[in-house]
Amino acid sequence: MSFIVDYYNYWIVVFLMMAGFYIVISANNLVKKIVGLNIFQTSVFMMYISIGKVSGGSAPIVAEGITSYSNPLPHVLILTAIVVGVATTSVGLALIIRIKSAYGTVEENEFKDKENLI
Amino acid sequence: MVEFIDLVLLGMLAITAMRIIFLKDLFAVVMLFGIYSFLSALIFVNLDAVDVAFTEASVGAGISTVLMLGTLALTGRKEKVNSHTAWLPLIVVVVTGAALIYGTLDMPPFGDSNNPVQQHVAPRYIQDSPQEIGLPNMVTSVLASYRAFDTLGETAVVFAAAIGVLSLLGLPKQEKSAIESGLKSHLVLRVVAKLVIPLIILFALYVQFHGDYGPGGGFQAGVIAAAAIILYALVFGLPTAAHVIAPSLLKALAALGVLIYAGTGVASFFLGGDFLDYNVLASDPVAGQHIGIILIELGVGLTVFAAMLCIFYAFAAQAERTNIQ
Amino acid sequence: MIIEAASTLFLILGAFFSLTGAVGLFRFPDFFTRVHAASVTDSAATIFIIFGLVLRTDFGLVAVKLLFILIFLLITSPTASHALAKSARHGGLLTLVETEATKKEDSD
Repeated sequence: MSFIVDYYNYWIVVFLMMAGFYIVISANNLVKKIVGLNIFQTSVFMMYISIGKVSGGSAPIVAEGITSYSNPLPHVLILTAIVVGVATTSVGLALIIRIKSAYGTVEENEFKDKENLI
Repeated sequence: MVEFIDLVLLGMLAITAMRIIFLKDLFAVVMLFGIYSFLSALIFVNLDAVDVAFTEASVGAGISTVLMLGTLALTGRKEKVNSHTAWLPLIVVVVTGAALIYGTLDMPPFGDSNNPVQQHVAPRYIQDSPQEIGLPNMVTSVLASYRAFDTLGETAVVFAAAIGVLSLLGLPKQEKSAIESGLKSHLVLRVVAKLVIPLIILFALYVQFHGDYGPGGGFQAGVIAAAAIILYALVFGLPTAAHVIAPSLLKALAALGVLIYAGTGVASFFLGGDFLDYNVLASDPVAGQHIGIILIELGVGLTVFAAMLCIFYAFAAQAERTNIQ
Repeated sequence: MIIEAASTLFLILGAFFSLTGAVGLFRFPDFFTRVHAASVTDSAATIFIIFGLVLRTDFGLVAVKLLFILIFLLITSPTASHALAKSARHGGLLTLVETEATKKEDSD
C-alpha cells in the first residue's frame, strides 16, 4: 500500500503526459492540438511540484513555529514555466487565426498539401 | 489522510484528460480545459505550492481559456470527425508510457525529506534567505533576487510573445466615434460590471505589493488587472475599451516594464556591484534588496499587464474585422 | 466544542447542497431548469461552506478575508447564471412548456 502512495503521483503524471501527447499527435483540429500541448505542460509542472514536496512540511513562507518547509526551488522554476507556457499558447493561437484566414480551414488534413497561399 | 485528498484530485484530473481526448465539441473541450487548470491549482495547494497555484489559476484557467474561446469564435466550434482510426499514435503513446512508468520505479519515494533534491541548494535558501533578503515569502526572494536573471528572461519572453501576436494580427485602429457594440443593453451585466471592475483592480494592486509577504507578485497582479480590463471590453465593447486604454499606451507600457527591470540591473553596475546585485542600491544591503525587488516586480507587473491586454485586443480586433467582412 | 460541531454541520450541509446541484444537472429535463438547479444550490453551498470555515478560524483577519470572498461570490455567481440564461433566451432556446405547446400546435 505504501508502495502505491509513494509512486501514485508519478504514475498519474505519466498518464496525463501521454494523454496530452496523444492529443497532439493524433488530433486533426489545430485548436485541439494546442489544448493537448497545454495538458502535457501542466503534467510536467505537477511532476516538478511533487518532487519538491516534503511530507509534514508547510508552504515556503516563513512563519512562527514552523520547522519544516517544502522546497521553494521547483516552485520558482514552475512559475516561470507557466508564464512562458501561456506566452507560447497565445502565439500559437494567433498563428491558427492566420491559418484560418489564409486557407479557410483549421483541420490539418485539409490544408496539409495545399500550395503556399500566404 | 492528506494523501487521500491528493489521490482523489489526481484521479479527477485523469478522468478530465480522458474526456478531453474523445470530445468533438471544441467549446466543451475548452471548458473542460478550464476545469483541468482549476483542479491542478487545487493539487498545487495540496502540495504546498501556493504561489504556483495562484499563478496557474489566474494564468492557466483565466487568460488561456479566454484566448482559446476568442480563437474558437473565429475558427468554428466543431471538430470534423476522423474517418480512420489512429493506430500508430496509440502504439507510440503506449510504448512511451510504459517506458516512462518503468523509469519512475527508480525515483525516490514521494515526500521523503531525505530525498537528494532536498539536500544541496534548498537548505541554503531556506536558512539564509530570511537574513540576507528579509522577506517572509521565500519563493519571491528566490525568484526576484537569487534567480533574477531567469525572471528577466521570462519577462522578455512575455514581451516577445506580445510582439509576435501584434505582428501576426495587428491592433484595433482608433476611431473617432465609438460604434455601439458589446452587451450594453443588458442592464444587470452593466451594473454588476461597474461594481466589480474597481474591486478587481484594487485586488490586483494588493497582490502586486503583497507578494513579499504571501503568495503573489508581479505576474499574478498583471494578469488580474488585465482580466479587469477584458471584462470591461466584453461588457461595454472593444472601441470603448480602446478609448479607455489606448493600444499605443499598451505598446509603450510593455516596453517600459522590461526597461525598468533591465535598468535596475544596469543601475547596480553604475553603483559598483554586479548586474542585478541589489545589495548596492542602498546603504544597508537588506534595504537595497527590498528596493530592488519592489522595482523589478513593478516592471514585471507592467509588462505582463500590457502584453496580455495587447494580445486580447489583437484577438478581439480580428473578430470584429471578420464580422464586418 | 459547540462551535466545532456547528462548523462540521455547516460544511456537511454545504457539501450536500453541492451534490444535489450536481444530481439536478443530470436529472432535470430542460436547459433553464438545469441552470436554476445549478445556480441556486451553488449559492447555498457557498454560504454554508464559508460560514463553516469562518467558525474554524480565530475570528481575526482570516475571517474578514473569508467574508470578503463570500460577498464577491454572491455578487458574481448569480450574475453569471443570469448571463447564461439570458444569452440562451436571446439565441432562441424555448422552455419546456413552450416546446410542448409548439408541438401540440404542429400536431393539431
